[in-house]
Amino acid sequence: MKNQWPLWEVFIRSQHGLAHRHVGSLHAPDATMALNNARDVYTRRNEGVSIWVVKSTDITASHPDDKAELFDPANSKVYRHPTFFPMPEEVKGL
Amino acid sequence: MYAQMVDTGSPSATSLDEREARFQSRIDDGIRVEPQDWMPDRYRKTLIRQISQHAHSEIVGQLPEGNWITRAPSLKRKAILLAKVQDEAGHGLYLYSAAETLGITRDQMVDDLHTGKAKYSSIFNYPTLTWADVGAIGWLVDGSAIMNQIPLCRCSYGPYARAMIRVCKEEAFHMRQGYDIMLALCAGTPEQKAMAQDALNRWWWPSLMMFGPPDGDSVHSAQSQAWKIKLFTNDELRQKMVDQTVPQAEHLGLVVPDPAVKWNAERGHYDYGDIDWEEFYNVVKGNGPCNRERLEVRNKAWTDGEWFRDALVAHADKQAQRLTAQAA
Ligand SMILES: [Fe+2]
Ligand SMILES: [Fe+2]
Repeated sequence: MKNQWPLWEVFIRSQHGLAHRHVGSLHAPDATMALNNARDVYTRRNEGVSIWVVKSTDITASHPDDKAELFDPANSKVYRHPTFFPMPEEVKGL
Repeated sequence: MYAQMVDTGSPSATSLDEREARFQSRIDDGIRVEPQDWMPDRYRKTLIRQISQHAHSEIVGQLPEGNWITRAPSLKRKAILLAKVQDEAGHGLYLYSAAETLGITRDQMVDDLHTGKAKYSSIFNYPTLTWADVGAIGWLVDGSAIMNQIPLCRCSYGPYARAMIRVCKEEAFHMRQGYDIMLALCAGTPEQKAMAQDALNRWWWPSLMMFGPPDGDSVHSAQSQAWKIKLFTNDELRQKMVDQTVPQAEHLGLVVPDPAVKWNAERGHYDYGDIDWEEFYNVVKGNGPCNRERLEVRNKAWTDGEWFRDALVAHADKQAQRLTAQAA
């Protein structure tokens, strides 16, 4: 086929009111068909109450080679976690 | 199994360059490989072969059972079988998607299947002669598939592992609906029970062959195991299947068609007889009872659907043009 359908990434919000989560991808000629197909493939067992489809080419992703540069700086900033601060045990509400 | 005898491109894992050594040590540490990560070419190619073969098996696997949808014995059985076969189409899609993350296109894979270049599991080249075959397939073929696929949920390639998790959740239903059919037949008339026995007789050996050649003959196993895209050997999985299935057959009051099957207390496993590997290789080579028919049906479905796929594209193009015209 000369004209391969674009790839869509599928995101589903589960029953439990959580954020939409990536579940997989599929090919479809347009957004409407992508939604229809996503419903058939990814929600046959009540997995969701809402679907997003996004063209894969519209997603900008970080590069694995930048991993250290992007994420290592957070390692040395342990004070961002509440457990960094020792609190007097007898004081309540902290 | 669903991917039998996947060539890893090299028989030994001895000459690793430094990058490859780092890759291997990440795998040894249980770190998942993701699509954007560097990976050895052979790892990529082997996975493409393995995952696409697996995907093709899901798709072709719909055909033997699809054969019975219109002839299921009740509306309930028909609805269940329809749901099961629809699941298999979904499995094909999850797996094609996983393979695509490695750089092969969907069209290429579909083309490889339809031209006969790609392999799929040899089990689907056997015919479904009676309704009992639908029961035997769910019980034995999906049963073997689960046995093989549960460990793959932990395999080293992220998209493949995640696809397997979805697949395994759905397979449990497939196996049970198959055993449920066998239970009903075995509790029925003598003719119905004989039908169940006949189906077991025909599907037993091909199901055991699904796990692939004996360990001594599977040349690429060691590399695949090092890469953690194969977690147990063919014979290990086959033994598990025999151990699980023999008591299930006994419960049905059926006899597995192998006089050598006997509990071996010393090994803690059932012994079983020799497999006719000549038959296996013959089916893999394309000479099984249904090889030609399966490919013909796939090709016909693809060709017959072409006008519809083209219409969808024409519609999408027209909508997109209207949008640009409005914006201008
Ligand atoms: Fe499946
Ligand atoms: Fe299945």
